Amino acid sequence: MDKVMNRRSVLSGPYVVWALGFTVIPLIVIIKYAISDRTGAFTLSNILAIFDPVNLKALIFSLEIAIGCTVVCILLAYPLVLAISRLKFARSGFMLVILILPMWMNFILKLLAWQMILSSNGILNMIIRAAGITGFDISNTPISIMIGVIYEYFPYMVLPVFDAVIAIDADVIEAARDLGAKKGTVFWKIIFPLSLPGLMSGITMVFVPSMTSFVTADILGGGKLQLVGNIIEQEFIQSMNWNLGAGLSVALMIFILISMTFTVKKDEREEEEAW
Amino acid sequence: MYMIRKKTLALILTGIMITITALGVFGCEVSDSADTLTVFNYGEYLDPDMIKLFTKETGIKIKYEEATTPEEMYTKFKSGAIGYDLLCTSDYMLKRLINENEVREIDYSLFQYKDNIGQKYWDFSKSFDPENKYTLPYFWGTLGILYDTTKVNGKIDSWDVLFNGEYAGQIIMQNAVRETFQITEKYLGYSLNTTDRDEIQKAYETLLKQKPDVQAYLVDEARDEVVAGNAAIAVVYSGEAYLGHKYNPDLEYVIPKEGSNVWLDSWCITKNCKNTEAACKFLDFLCRDDVALKNFEFIYYSTPNETVKENLPPEDQNDKYMFPDDSVTENCEVCTLTDPETNELLNKLWKELKAN
Amino acid sequence: MVEKLKSLLSRFYILIIILFLYSPIAVLIILSFNDSRSRVVWGGFTIRWYAALLHNSQIRVALGTTFLLAFLSAFISLVIGTAAALGIASMKKRSHKLMMMITNIPMLNADIVTGIALMLWIIQFMPLGFGSVLIAHITFNIPYVILAVMPKVKTMNISIYNAGRDLGAGPLRAFFELMLPQLSGGMISGFFMAFTMSMDDFVITYFTKGAGVNTLSTMIYGEIKKGIKPEIYALSTMIFVLVLVILMIMNNMPAKEKRKGEEERGNVYD
Repeated sequence: MDKVMNRRSVLSGPYVVWALGFTVIPLIVIIKYAISDRTGAFTLSNILAIFDPVNLKALIFSLEIAIGCTVVCILLAYPLVLAISRLKFARSGFMLVILILPMWMNFILKLLAWQMILSSNGILNMIIRAAGITGFDISNTPISIMIGVIYEYFPYMVLPVFDAVIAIDADVIEAARDLGAKKGTVFWKIIFPLSLPGLMSGITMVFVPSMTSFVTADILGGGKLQLVGNIIEQEFIQSMNWNLGAGLSVALMIFILISMTFTVKKDEREEEEAW
Repeated sequence: MYMIRKKTLALILTGIMITITALGVFGCEVSDSADTLTVFNYGEYLDPDMIKLFTKETGIKIKYEEATTPEEMYTKFKSGAIGYDLLCTSDYMLKRLINENEVREIDYSLFQYKDNIGQKYWDFSKSFDPENKYTLPYFWGTLGILYDTTKVNGKIDSWDVLFNGEYAGQIIMQNAVRETFQITEKYLGYSLNTTDRDEIQKAYETLLKQKPDVQAYLVDEARDEVVAGNAAIAVVYSGEAYLGHKYNPDLEYVIPKEGSNVWLDSWCITKNCKNTEAACKFLDFLCRDDVALKNFEFIYYSTPNETVKENLPPEDQNDKYMFPDDSVTENCEVCTLTDPETNELLNKLWKELKAN
Repeated sequence: MVEKLKSLLSRFYILIIILFLYSPIAVLIILSFNDSRSRVVWGGFTIRWYAALLHNSQIRVALGTTFLLAFLSAFISLVIGTAAALGIASMKKRSHKLMMMITNIPMLNADIVTGIALMLWIIQFMPLGFGSVLIAHITFNIPYVILAVMPKVKTMNISIYNAGRDLGAGPLRAFFELMLPQLSGGMISGFFMAFTMSMDDFVITYFTKGAGVNTLSTMIYGEIKKGIKPEIYALSTMIFVLVLVILMIMNNMPAKEKRKGEEERGNVYD
């Protein structure tokens, strides 16, 4: 058994080569920019610039958005996954494609469509007013950014969780029920723990990109609110200060890596408990 | 034995990967023959049919590349990733490229249609290209206010409406540091090319005070928001004004009396251009009466090519958005700000404005 | 009775989510029939944008490039990524962690950073063109495949593979017939996610593409300033309807493949 496992690691060979060539080396390029100033001399000021009030504020705002979106995605995803798994054709993949299909439309077009839906004279308010209720204005607010981000990344939460839940042996759940376990118990003691690896993948794929989705913030936030992604983008393109842009990016990376090591540890512990 | 097989498998996989990638590279890379020009331009800023026509007439192929902002263009150009032959960009960016010695003189002796460009525009160009050696005017316009006449009181003629709080929550500003500071500096009576730190600081404070009244900072959707009735006033470029008025006749465009920015997009030939003769042919082609007319009808921005107006049907000749009379640009300035320290300060203040 | 109510409730919930996911799509479809070039003005019903689409070679070429790019990059990422997930899962804890960290890098970086870094690096050894974009897309796609497949690998039953080998199946046969079916769910998700990421990406594509290479994303981005051309809405609608129709047909076919899959699954658990 152990031997098979060890040999298997050879399979990651092509990926290791690829990652070295196109992930690690570009990363070194970025770090090189991050730790030097415009003249090329060594400095840490670009990385520490994350603690400037302006940048810190954007980072905190990004965190709030990212955490909020991830939580909402999780809360929306589990009932959906459970509901889908009840359907007869759950395994056919039909539902999954239904989930993925909207993602194939260009995201800028979808963002512009959301803007039309959410704006003060937009479609949503038109419908609400037609129903005789006074409209509300959430355009250009953090809520509207969150709707955009959740819309964009929700399927990335659903897919891995769905894969994990659908793989759970129906017999296990059946057996638990036969032994008198309540619905809630079945969920918290069996389904949820077994779906954790999927959930972890989902969290990574939702949390991380939502911190930097600057186009969403610009279009749905009315340019009044900035995520850390907006700042990095501005430093790179508008200010043409690649050193500062790279520095902020590296700082963001360090920050996320630290928080993820934390969650991974927690995940491992919980996994052990689950078994 | 088993180990080796697995390794072979891994090697084969890697091999396939590299081969496919290589196929992609060589299969799709058009060779940079002498008869090819690589052209870099803003999006939707040249009628694709004109490119086809040029290739048909001269046999010179065009590799066409687009960008959305001058800064994006500069970043990609400067990286040297692609050997561009021709570049169309904005005034201050042209000045920067000229200063950095990135462009070469245009040999106007090869041109037949150069004189189609009005003298007024050559004079505009002098603010960034003093001897008219490096650039060829392409399109121009102004920065002003687009407003919904049904939602404002009377006629608007001053930047004041953006800052006096009368239209709080109804204002759309440009989501761009340059434009936003330019109009504020003009409002305060300064030059939009000011490098004076106190003046810039004043402009920043004015903008900070204005921020709660601003509904949104947008770039591309500013016009649509006014057309849709989500906002009453927006700072837009004159090209947008024409479309805004077309979609909603209640919309008016004005260049405030304090003056504004007049912009001029021009062509230049890069230092590394491999075939300057072909490049000149292309630029001359763009100046030709029929091409300029078709191109104008595709883009619909104000053109410096004076034959265009003559060739248009009379009812279109009087379009005040496309052919404003000379008086409107009297107080206007071309942006020629390239001072790195001022730019850095502006970018820093812009970031702070957004954060507050 | 309670069971029926619950099933009704869960169907209702699915409906709400579908409504959320499809409302912007509905807007795009409506816009494709709008006889006005502005997206905020309704100019009457028309199908002329669909006709115009047929004559627009620019859009056709961009569409071809987009799909070729998405398919190639998703497929190559699937192969490399699935193999990588199998390999990484079997690694010792420390190297496992290191590999997962490297996997996360393309996702951690803002697109603009990845894009510019890749551009600076790629031009060292090859000109920008279609190939460079493909490399870039594979680079950011592999992590999605790995993240999608990894949970499956972790819960996979390796003893089946060993049993198969003991019963005389060759390593390849055992791999393709006994291991892959267990991973197929994750692989399909991974492929779709990679495909989608590739279709959607703008920033990285923009910086790594050569002159003249255009995807739908880069084309649309170039258009926002002057307003998205209605042809693009028509195109989106057509892609959408096409995929939906294929899907419906596939779902209504009494597919042999499907039953075979179920049987295999049954065997796995027996």
